[in-house]
Amino acid sequence: MGSQGRTRRGAVVTDPERRETLARTPSPVAWLLVAIAASFLGLFLVLPLVAVFAQALAKGLGPALAAIADDETLSAIRLTLMTVAIAVPLNVGFGLAASWAIAKFEFCGKSFLVSLIDLPFSVSPVVAGLVFVLLFGARGLLGPALADQGLQVVFAVPGIVLATTFVTFPLVARELIPLMQAQGNEEEEAAITLGASGWQTFRRVTLPKIRWGLLYGVILCAARAMGEFGAVSVVSGHVRGETNTMPLHVEILYDGYDFVGAFAVASLLALTALATLGAKSWIEARGPRRSVA
Amino acid sequence: MSQAVSIEEAPLADAERMPAAVGPGRARARRRLLPGFRMTLGITLLYLGFMVLLPLSALALKASTMSGNVFWGTAASARALASYRLSFGASFAAAAVNAVFGLIVAWVLVRYRFPGKRLFDALIDLPFALPTAVAGIALTFLYSPRGWIGAILAKAGIEIAFTPVGVMVALTFIGLPFVVRTVQPVLEDLDREVEEAAACLGATGLQTFRRVIFPTVLPAVATGFALAFARALGEYGSVVFISGNMPMRTEIAPLLIVTRLEQYDYAGATAIAVVLLVSSFALLLLINGLQAWGARAERAEARS
Repeated sequence: MGSQGRTRRGAVVTDPERRETLARTPSPVAWLLVAIAASFLGLFLVLPLVAVFAQALAKGLGPALAAIADDETLSAIRLTLMTVAIAVPLNVGFGLAASWAIAKFEFCGKSFLVSLIDLPFSVSPVVAGLVFVLLFGARGLLGPALADQGLQVVFAVPGIVLATTFVTFPLVARELIPLMQAQGNEEEEAAITLGASGWQTFRRVTLPKIRWGLLYGVILCAARAMGEFGAVSVVSGHVRGETNTMPLHVEILYDGYDFVGAFAVASLLALTALATLGAKSWIEARGPRRSVA
Repeated sequence: MSQAVSIEEAPLADAERMPAAVGPGRARARRRLLPGFRMTLGITLLYLGFMVLLPLSALALKASTMSGNVFWGTAASARALASYRLSFGASFAAAAVNAVFGLIVAWVLVRYRFPGKRLFDALIDLPFALPTAVAGIALTFLYSPRGWIGAILAKAGIEIAFTPVGVMVALTFIGLPFVVRTVQPVLEDLDREVEEAAACLGATGLQTFRRVIFPTVLPAVATGFALAFARALGEYGSVVFISGNMPMRTEIAPLLIVTRLEQYDYAGATAIAVVLLVSSFALLLLINGLQAWGARAERAEARS
């Protein structure tokens, strides 16, 4: 980090006139590269996004709104929001605990623990759904015992919540760990030596320092929890109006050739995605720039 | 490192500082200063165990109860092999497309000023934020014979939706941010004096790129490629719509798992899932190796 900073500062100090010419020369190569990049992004990012809204409004605003106000859509929205309301707080609590333990203390096996936290990212969503079916399904390891208690997990709401929590598991921790590591321990140590309790230190010293990172982690986690498809699709059993989240409802409408309905619900999810990107840019503008989400 | 120094210098309670100065016991002494280690680590391990390790061990347990013949009978069946070929092939092709165009996009975003640049920069993360099912139906519409792009290509006799190329298109979308976001910070830190020196010594633009810039960003490009490849390998939502899901032809491995599950063939689903999971873990190791390579290259550059 330190050395990078020096290089960057070093580059800024060098002859400003020369940098300007380098950056501003409108060479044909520069134009060509900008054109290639813009067409690639236009083709792969802008066009699909535009298509979602255009198809939702293909028959006007009325049918689109009617598709959203439909009972099954509303129950899908309710289930999605409920899933988010359970999965996000769980992962936030875990993210705070994990980042405190990992960023503030040295212990052996730490880098291994960090890799374990990232594990759900490298598991296919379908495999994530499968493991919960194997665990809680009717013929699974724990399924029969839970069924005796009258608790159904797979093909029911608890399975959807579990699968979603698994898939979004690392998101908050991943935002917070590097942030807290970069900030160091001095201020917390000062607070403790001055007599603050651990909880007070966390609330008054640490929390204000990490609030933007935490906020972004929460937003990202919520967006991903809303949009998770593969894992939820495997554990849900597709019970219409009961175990349907918004992305699953999009699939059902689409497979039933109700394209306006499918794209109308999809455009709600796309708006959430755009809000997430907007929030990210806004938060980044107030803190130091960080790389890969 | 600088933290330790500033703590020594901080005019705080000497009593707290004393044990810290005693060589090897120092790390432990600092650990004791802040409270909550046991509680937070306990919560972390407990939650990790229940949420991630227990479910994944269910997969291992299920696989271990299968005999070798049954396992390989499914995991290496003709249909499964065809699905791996498609999954690996399309993921590789998509990651390669992203490596080339991702490098160009990162370069353009770091080096040039043009209208709409900030918007493009913010949009790069769209595939992270957009639900995969939404991406799936949008791409299927665009590339189907009656869609905006598909209609033009249909006149030329090119089909994309419901072919392996369609799978690749969806996987390219999914992996788009990885190369851009890994290369961008490296390009930002690249010392322009080195390029200027190359230019002063008579190198052409192409030579400067090939000999100076490319070797520096190569570890980041490789990391981004591997990340995009790993993500594409497990992808399901965006692909099921555009692929058409024909067995042996456009059926990806994750879809085959779902098909087996829908037939209540849990053993079959598990066998293919194990193959997929082992491949992802191998890729994870590779990515860690690549990141270490990148960090070494960066340190070497900083020293020179």
